[in-house]
This record gives sequence, C-alpha cells and structure tokens, in this order.
Amino acid sequence: MLHTVNKSPFDRDTFQTCIKFARHGSAVLLIEDGVYAAVRDTSISKDVQAALQHVSIYALKPDLEARGMQDRVMDGVRLVDYAGFVDLVVEHSAVQSWL
Amino acid sequence: MEEEAEASAAKKFLYLNRKAPHGTIYALESLEVVLIAAAFDQDVSVAFVGDGVYQLAKGQGTKGIELKNFSPTYRALEDYDVTKLYVEQEALEARGLSEDDLVVPVEVVSAQRIAEIMEDQDVILSF
Repeated sequence: MLHTVNKSPFDRDTFQTCIKFARHGSAVLLIEDGVYAAVRDTSISKDVQAALQHVSIYALKPDLEARGMQDRVMDGVRLVDYAGFVDLVVEHSAVQSWL
Repeated sequence: MEEEAEASAAKKFLYLNRKAPHGTIYALESLEVVLIAAAFDQDVSVAFVGDGVYQLAKGQGTKGIELKNFSPTYRALEDYDVTKLYVEQEALEARGLSEDDLVVPVEVVSAQRIAEIMEDQDVILSF
C-alpha cells in the first residue's frame, strides 16, 4: 500500500497518524508540506528514523526544492520526481492520501 | 497641528506568520499585505512562529512546482523600512534551522518575547 502525506508534521498529526497505520513493507510518499518530515535533525526526526525500520519513505524532490530543504534530507529517505510518483502509484495496489 | 495629529495616529501593526510557504497561500498573501501596508507609514513588525519560520528558509527554488518563488521578496522589506523581523527561536530549533539558514537578517527571540511583542501592538494580523 502507498500512503501519501501532504501536511507539515509540525502543524498537523497527519504524518504520525500515517505511520501508526502503515503496515510493515508499506511505502510512504511525502509531498507538499509533508516533505518537512524528511528533514534531518528536527524534533521529529527520531520518529521518522524509527518508521524507516518498517516502511519505505520517499519525498518528492520538486517539493523539497521549493522549500529549500533539498540538502537537509535524512539518510534513508529516497527522493523521487513526478515520474517516480507515478511509478509508486502504479506499483502499489491502493493509495491512501492522509489529508 | 494636523500633521502632528497624523503622526501620533501611527499605529503599531504586527503581522504574525505561522504557516509554511507553499502548501497554502497564507505566506504569500501576508507578504503582499505587509508590502502594501508599508506604504502607509505605520509602525510595522513581522513575526515568524511555528512553521512560519520556513517562509524565510534559504535555497527555495520553485521551478519544479510551477509556483512563484517569493522568498527573495523578504529582502525588499528593508527598502520599505520594515526592519523589525522576529523569528521564534524554539521553532527554528525544532526544525533543525539556525539564523544562518534564513534569507534576511532577523532578531531570533523566544516565544515568551514574541508574546510580549504581541501585547505591545495596536493591531495584530494573523496569517
């Protein structure tokens, strides 16, 4: 299953809720303000690292670049472009958008 | 006499920004209102708290999302005599950012200090 998160983890609990419901082996794609969750050395980066033990986390590169966060991404988070976004949607049986 | 009355009528305005820059329109709208209001010779302060600190992050490039990159515009605030820019220290720290990561010189202050600055205003506009 593919989960997408588009809200800042500091503004809403969307990322944390997503992680709670994402089963082992799921993919989580961070888009829009959701990409702030991918940044290292934040107050939530330990939670993200813990999540990386059981899910794959991706972040949309154009959204990171728009926010100036492209050089601050933590190890283990994979960057994708729009074509990669489409590939993730195609590869997974269902998509859950945590709005 | 009339001029004096006008001068004393200058009010203290605080623009309080709490949202990240591109996910919603708030940040851009706030910046536009600050620039418009700056033409009216009021006493203007701008504060960035919570996710609002992201508005000032260096290195923003919006070509990929096809939206306007308004972050360089914060550097123009000085030309409009808007020089009182306050950034919440706790918000920067929680997001792994420091003053060096911001596009303009600011005063990094505690949330407590921002609360005091809010008390000192005639008008607070929240974005």
